[in-house]
Amino acid sequence: MYQYVLKRLLLMIPTLLGAALLVFLLLRLVPGDVCVLRMTGGAGYVDPKAIALCRSELGLDRSYVVQFLTFIWDFVRFDFGKSMWTGRPITEEVGLRFELSLQIAIMATITAIMLAIPLGTISAVKQNTWIDYVVRGFSIAGIAMPSFWLGILIILGLLITTKSVFGSPWMPPIKYVPIWVDPLYNLSMTIFPALATGYRYSAVATRMTRSALLEVLREDYVRTARAKGLVQKLIIRRHALRNALLPVVTIIGIEFAFLMGGLVVTEQVFNLNGLGKLFVASVSNHDYTMTQALVMLVVTIFVVTNFVVDIIYAWLDPRIRYK
Amino acid sequence: MKLSRYLRPVSIAAVTAAVAIGFSGPPVQAAPKQGGTLNFVVPDEPPSWDGHRETTFALIHPFAPFYSLLIKVNPENPSSPTDFVCDLCTGMPTPADGGKTYTFEIKQGVKFHDGTPLTAHDIVASFNKIIFPPEGTTSARIAYFVMVESVSAPDDHTVVFKLKYPSGAFIPALATPFNFIYSKAKLDQDIRWYEKNVMGSGPFKFAGREAGAYVRGERNKDFHVAGQPYLDGFEAIFSNKQAVQVQAIRGDRAAIQFRGFPPKSTEDLVNALGKDITVQESDWNCVLLFTPNHKKKPFDDVRVRRALTLAVDRWGGSQNLSRIAIVKAVGGVAFPGHPLAATKTELEQLPGYWPDINKSRAEAKRLLQEAGVPGLKFELSNRAVDQPYTIVGTWLIDQWRQIGVTVEQKMEPTGPFYARLRSADFDVTVDFNCQSVINPLLDIGKFLSEDIGNESYGAYVDRDLDKMFEAMNRTSDEAEQRKLMRQFEKRVLDEQGHSFVTLWWNRIIPHRSYVKGWKISPSHYLNQDLANVWLDK
Repeated sequence: MYQYVLKRLLLMIPTLLGAALLVFLLLRLVPGDVCVLRMTGGAGYVDPKAIALCRSELGLDRSYVVQFLTFIWDFVRFDFGKSMWTGRPITEEVGLRFELSLQIAIMATITAIMLAIPLGTISAVKQNTWIDYVVRGFSIAGIAMPSFWLGILIILGLLITTKSVFGSPWMPPIKYVPIWVDPLYNLSMTIFPALATGYRYSAVATRMTRSALLEVLREDYVRTARAKGLVQKLIIRRHALRNALLPVVTIIGIEFAFLMGGLVVTEQVFNLNGLGKLFVASVSNHDYTMTQALVMLVVTIFVVTNFVVDIIYAWLDPRIRYK
Repeated sequence: MKLSRYLRPVSIAAVTAAVAIGFSGPPVQAAPKQGGTLNFVVPDEPPSWDGHRETTFALIHPFAPFYSLLIKVNPENPSSPTDFVCDLCTGMPTPADGGKTYTFEIKQGVKFHDGTPLTAHDIVASFNKIIFPPEGTTSARIAYFVMVESVSAPDDHTVVFKLKYPSGAFIPALATPFNFIYSKAKLDQDIRWYEKNVMGSGPFKFAGREAGAYVRGERNKDFHVAGQPYLDGFEAIFSNKQAVQVQAIRGDRAAIQFRGFPPKSTEDLVNALGKDITVQESDWNCVLLFTPNHKKKPFDDVRVRRALTLAVDRWGGSQNLSRIAIVKAVGGVAFPGHPLAATKTELEQLPGYWPDINKSRAEAKRLLQEAGVPGLKFELSNRAVDQPYTIVGTWLIDQWRQIGVTVEQKMEPTGPFYARLRSADFDVTVDFNCQSVINPLLDIGKFLSEDIGNESYGAYVDRDLDKMFEAMNRTSDEAEQRKLMRQFEKRVLDEQGHSFVTLWWNRIIPHRSYVKGWKISPSHYLNQDLANVWLDK
C-alpha cells in the first residue's frame, strides 16, 4: 500500500509538468498581451513607450524559454509571483476566492450526496415502478438543465415571488461575507448556487447509483443473503450499496474537483467572487501568471482528488489491495 | 403570448414616460438629506489603483470619490461639454501671456485623509507625474499635455502652468477625471505608492476592499466643500454580468450602475419597478467607426472607401438601432452638441449623411463599378462584445448588402481583436473612440497618420491631415478651430475616406429613484466623485 501511495505521488510530477508546459504554450498562442489590454482598455490614447515599459516590467520582453523556466522554478518553490493584471501577490488574490469556491463545492457535494444516494437506491429497488420513473425523470432533467440556467430561474423566481408576497423584490446578496462573520447572510448567498449546482451534480450521481446498484443486486452474494433470510434493508445497506458506491465515489470526486474551478457561469450568475470567475477574468486579461497559477492549482486539486478517491476505493472494497 | 403583446406597448410607454420625466427640465430639488450608504455595481475591476496610470472607468467609479481634482466638469451641469469649475482652485483663471500662462490659486485649509495639508506642491507633483513621468513610471495621459512646458508652485497656494503655445485643448485636458491629486510626500517616498494604496482629499475616505468583490468608502468629515458629502459611505460592488447588475438593482442590492444599460434592460427595470426607477439618458462621448485597411486592395482606392460610407443610412439607423442598442446620435468626428461639431446641415453635405439614401446608394454602386469591384466581398473584423459592437457590425453588413457588397463578420474577443487592429491584419474593421472629458481638439487625434496617432488603425499617412490637427491645436481662436475642424472632417470622411463614423453611443442609466443629486454626463468617466449624491429614503 505504501509503495502504491509513493508511486502515485511520484506520478504527479510528470502530470504537473505536462500541464505546466501545455498552459504556458496555449496562453502564448492567443494573440494580444496584457499591457495593450490594460492600457487601451478604455480606448483612450496611450503612449507606445508606456506599453513598452509595461512589457519590460512584466518580463514579457524575455524569451519564451526564460519565461517558462522562471515559471517552473517559481512553481517548484511554491512562489506564484504577482498577477500581471493587478500587480498583487497571486496567493493573496487566489486565497480570497478559494474559501468561497471551497464552501460552494462542499455545499453542492453535500446536496448532491443527500439527493443522489437515497434517490438512486429507491429508484433501483423500485425498478420500473412509478417511483423509478419519477426519479429518472428528475435526474434526466438535472442533467439536461445547465446549472447556470437553473440559477437564473432561481433568482427570477425569488424576485417575482417576494415581490408578489411581500411587496418588494428580494434576491440573494451579491457580496460575500464569510460564514463565521455572519452565518445567516453567508448562507442566504451560498445556498442557492449550491442547490443549483448540487442538483445537476446529484442527477449524474443518482443515475450512477441506480445502475451500479441494479448490477450488484443481481450478484450471487445478494441472492445468497436473501436466501438466508436477511431483511431487504440490511441487504441493501450492508452488502449491496457499499459495493455499488465505487463508481459513485469516482463521479463525486471528479465533480468536486471540477466545482473548485469550473463554476464559471454559475459564479457569474450569482456574482460569486470565486475561482471560476477569477479564471475567466485572468484569461481574458491575458494575465499569464495568474492563469498559469490557477491551472496548476486546479490540476493539483484533480490529481489529489483522484488520489484520495483511489484510497477510498480500498476502504470501501477490501478486495482491492494495490499490489 | 397575449400578455407579452399587452405588456410591450405598456413597457415602451413606461420607458418613454420615465425618460421624459428625466428630461422634462430640472425638477424642483428637495433639500439633500444626510446619511445612508450608496451601493452601486461596477461592471469591471481596475488593474491598479493609480488614476494617472490606468484608463478604465472601472477605476473611476470606485476610486474617484477618494480624490480631488484641480478642476472638474461642473457636477450641476455635467451634460455641458464646456462647463468646467474649480475643485481645489478658488476660481477659473484667465490665461495670460497670450494664452500661454495659467495661474491657479489653491484653496487653503484642504487636508488629505491622513490629516496632512494639501498645498500647491502636491498639485505640481501630481501633474509632473502625469505630464513628465519619471523613468520607470507609466502615465496614460502624456499626450493630452503636449502643449505644457512646465508646472510650478511659486508658493504654497499658487500653481502656474506654462504652455509652449496657446491651446484650446488645455483646460479640458486639465479636467480629465483621472488627474487625481496625490500627496507629494507619498510620491517622494515611492512614486508608485498609489498603485496599491489610496490616500486623497476627496469626499470619501478609503474604508476597505476585497479583490474582485468590492471597494468601500466612508464619509470624509473634513472634506473641503462645506456640508458635503451627504452620504455616510458607499460600496462599489464588482459584477461583470449585465443580467446580475440589472437584477441587483431590481432586488435593491444596488441602487445604480453608472456605466449604462441597453434599452431592453432599462425597459425590464421600468416594467418591474415602475416609479421606483428613474431613467437618465444622454449622448455619450464614445463612437463606433469602421476603418478600411488602406494597404489592402481594393481599399487602397478612395472610391471603394467612399462607396462603403455612402451605403450607410445613418439617419434611419439612428431611429431603429437606438431601440435595441446603446447608439443614437448622428454626428461627424466631433462629439455632437459640442461647439466644434458639425451642424445637421453641414453633416448632410458629407457622403453617408445625405438626406436621400437611395441617391447615396446609387452613387455608391456607381463608384464600385468605376473601381472595378461591383460585387465586392470582404471580411469585417469586429470585437465580440454585444453592446454595441455586434449589433452595429450586423447593421453595417446589411447596409452594404444593399449596394451588392457581401461581407462576413469576424468576431474576436478583446485581446485578439486588439492584436489584429495593431497588426493591421484586416480588410475593414469596426473601430472605436471613447474619451472622458469632451475635448474634440485632442479626441480627433484618433484619425492622424499611423506613425503619429497611436490608435490610428487604417494604415495610412496623410501629412495634410496632420498639419490641420496641429494648426487646430495651436490656436485659441474658436472660429478658426471650427473652420479647421470642418476641413479636417471633410478630409477624413469624404475626400480621403480614411475612417467613417457610424453612430455615437447613447448612455442610459436606470437607477433607484431614491438616488438623488447625481446627474448624467456624456461620459461614464465624468461626475463620479459622489460628493453631491444623497439618498431620499
